[in-house]
Amino acid sequence: MDFGQVLDAALSAGLGTQAIVFALAAIGLNVHFGYTGLLNFGQSGFMAVAAFGLAASVTTFDLPFVLGILIALAMPVLLAIVLGVPTLRLRADYLAIATIAASEVIRLVLGAVEFKDTFGGSNGLTNFAGAYQKLNPYNERLDLGIVSFTRNDLWSITVGWTLVALSCLVVWALMRSPWGRVLRSIREDEDAVRSLGKNVFSYKMQALMLGGVFGGIAGIFHILKQASAVPTDFNTTFTFYAYAALLIGGAARVLGPVIGSIIFWFLVAGLGSIFDQLTKGADPFMPEWLMTDTQASLVRFIVLGLGLMLLMIFRPQGIFGDRREIAIDGR
Amino acid sequence: MHRRPVALLAAMIVGLLLLAPGTAHADETPAPDTPSTAATPATPIDDFSDSGYSIAVTLRNSAERDAEGVAAPVPGVTITVTDADGQLVGSSPTGEDGSVNIPIPGKGDYTVELDTSTLPEGATLSGAAETSKTVPVRLKAPKAVQFQIGVTGIQGPGFGTELAQSLVNGLKIGLIIALAGLGLSLIFGTTGLTNFAHGELITFGGIATFVFNRGFGLPVIAAGACAFVAAGVFGWAQDKAIWGPLRRRGTGIIAMMIVTIGFALLLRSIFQYTFGGSTRTLSEYVAQRSREYGSVLIADKEIGIMVVAVVVITITCIALARTRMGKAMRAVADNPALSASSGLRVDNVITNVWLLGTALSGLAGVLLAIDQQVKFDMGFKLLLLIFAAVTLGGLGTIWGALIGSLIIGIVSECGPLFGVPASIKDVGPLLILILILLVRPQGILGRAQRVG
Repeated sequence: MDFGQVLDAALSAGLGTQAIVFALAAIGLNVHFGYTGLLNFGQSGFMAVAAFGLAASVTTFDLPFVLGILIALAMPVLLAIVLGVPTLRLRADYLAIATIAASEVIRLVLGAVEFKDTFGGSNGLTNFAGAYQKLNPYNERLDLGIVSFTRNDLWSITVGWTLVALSCLVVWALMRSPWGRVLRSIREDEDAVRSLGKNVFSYKMQALMLGGVFGGIAGIFHILKQASAVPTDFNTTFTFYAYAALLIGGAARVLGPVIGSIIFWFLVAGLGSIFDQLTKGADPFMPEWLMTDTQASLVRFIVLGLGLMLLMIFRPQGIFGDRREIAIDGR
Repeated sequence: MHRRPVALLAAMIVGLLLLAPGTAHADETPAPDTPSTAATPATPIDDFSDSGYSIAVTLRNSAERDAEGVAAPVPGVTITVTDADGQLVGSSPTGEDGSVNIPIPGKGDYTVELDTSTLPEGATLSGAAETSKTVPVRLKAPKAVQFQIGVTGIQGPGFGTELAQSLVNGLKIGLIIALAGLGLSLIFGTTGLTNFAHGELITFGGIATFVFNRGFGLPVIAAGACAFVAAGVFGWAQDKAIWGPLRRRGTGIIAMMIVTIGFALLLRSIFQYTFGGSTRTLSEYVAQRSREYGSVLIADKEIGIMVVAVVVITITCIALARTRMGKAMRAVADNPALSASSGLRVDNVITNVWLLGTALSGLAGVLLAIDQQVKFDMGFKLLLLIFAAVTLGGLGTIWGALIGSLIIGIVSECGPLFGVPASIKDVGPLLILILILLVRPQGILGRAQRVG
């Protein structure tokens, strides 16, 4: 087996654009789930409205790029209001069900053939990333020996990790402020906070909006880095993978989601590459009856599912988390 | 409190109106004063073929069809494209295959005009018989514009017939959802756990049917019965191996919910690994001919599915109301601590709930497999509809789950009749789910204090 190739795949994924998208989405989930105790299972919906807010503004309605970004950032806030008003007063699992349903509605509507003229149907939209790519200062690809990045990837990685760093800074600053302490107290005991005269509903709504905007940034970055917006990218499994990334790193920690995403993609891409090599070629290492190359791509998801279960059972605080901070029970 | 839902609804409607594409441009059609330019292009037309944008028209005469039933192409008809200012963009006759592609400079609204005098003998415009259409072009790809030729209005079945047919289909899907929803509701009621792996329990029933049918050669009905039993065993084993130990460790409900997500991912990937990604068929009842009942078409297997579902649901409900174990289950759902202190073995009861709930969901999978064949994500696709049904009826209530399921099944099947695009017919039930949380979060039959 060629371990150089495995390391290359794992490192490029762990440091590359895919991990950045997950890190941004997981930072949003961290605000929701880690700090406030809100179970948002529709983060992909927040990403999708922002992504298509930008893509449709620029491609379909011919608006300038900057205005498109502003519209895109407003969309998750709107979605948070629509979802939050009915569900934030209820028990945690209602928000979970409502958000997962909303994210499916959004994905189905965006991909529907009836709205092809606005959202491009199942093929999605392209031709909106010109302004973003024009800003690219790099002229050639970067080769670091084990890993190498193309010119466009290099630009996206620079922008992406800058966004991640800024988001972490914002979360860090907010969560040590009095506002952030109220959020944590809501997670611990909602009734106690209410009895202190705080408007719990309003705080939860603000948290839902803030986390949704981080999700929106993740969605915008996702479509910019690949210069196309496709509805099926924003399915519910994405949200669950983002949760897995968050829980690996540790919820309620500023750097938890970032480290988690890097490890998540390092493992997923590394495992994918290992099993791909084991089953490839004329005389594969794995016998054909045990595993074919189409099956090889599924092994990582089996491991992922099992990993998520074991992680939540044996180490719910993740790598960096504090066990006392994650003693949630959703009432 | 009552004003907010109305305002929200209004906001949603406005949003939907904004989504409707292109309707605002319909009145910008320029006066049709350019027929002469169409025949002889007086001004040299610019070459836009590099722009990537174009208008594509294909004319086919539905009145003339070849041996394979493909409508005959209509060649030699002049198509003229003008832009929003009435400026000529391009004009060209259709080719031998009846199609023409006219390049245009870029995005905008264009008027496409068909010169009726060039239509060959026997070809007449049908439908609304428009000779010009205004279309918005937004994407860098050929924009298809259609003109209807020679369609002799095919009379569809009447609205009443279609409604009856949709109601029957909705009832069938609703009953399948009800079986699975009953399982979900039982488990939620006794343990408080929202089980995101519930879709995979349905798939388990479907795949088990397939294995017993194709693998062991049993007839489909016997295979379904075996799958029902296997699902029960699977539920029992699950509780013994995973959920029971987690309960005893005192794992929180939210943590357990995330465990169910991991479990769902694990099961779905294993199904796909072993079963493959394609849809596979059972050995019998695959394409059964439908019989006519009045004006409604129903296949025998569909009647069978509905009868089995109704019988099993009835037996379950009677058992829950009358038998010792049924009463124990309802007692635990009502108040676990009190049941325990009254001498019930709560853990034992919950194991039985898992057994019963999984068996019912497995049966839903069996019926779904007979109705629509087997795929590794068949249950996952149904999961959100089940959530919608159970929430609509009231989380944790048995009768609520039944009523909610029937409503959801009928709404999703009848939606297309009332203008919901067929490709997104699942959107209706999910919107109902969000709306019901807005106005009556405890569901139709739930008690308000459960929600808090």
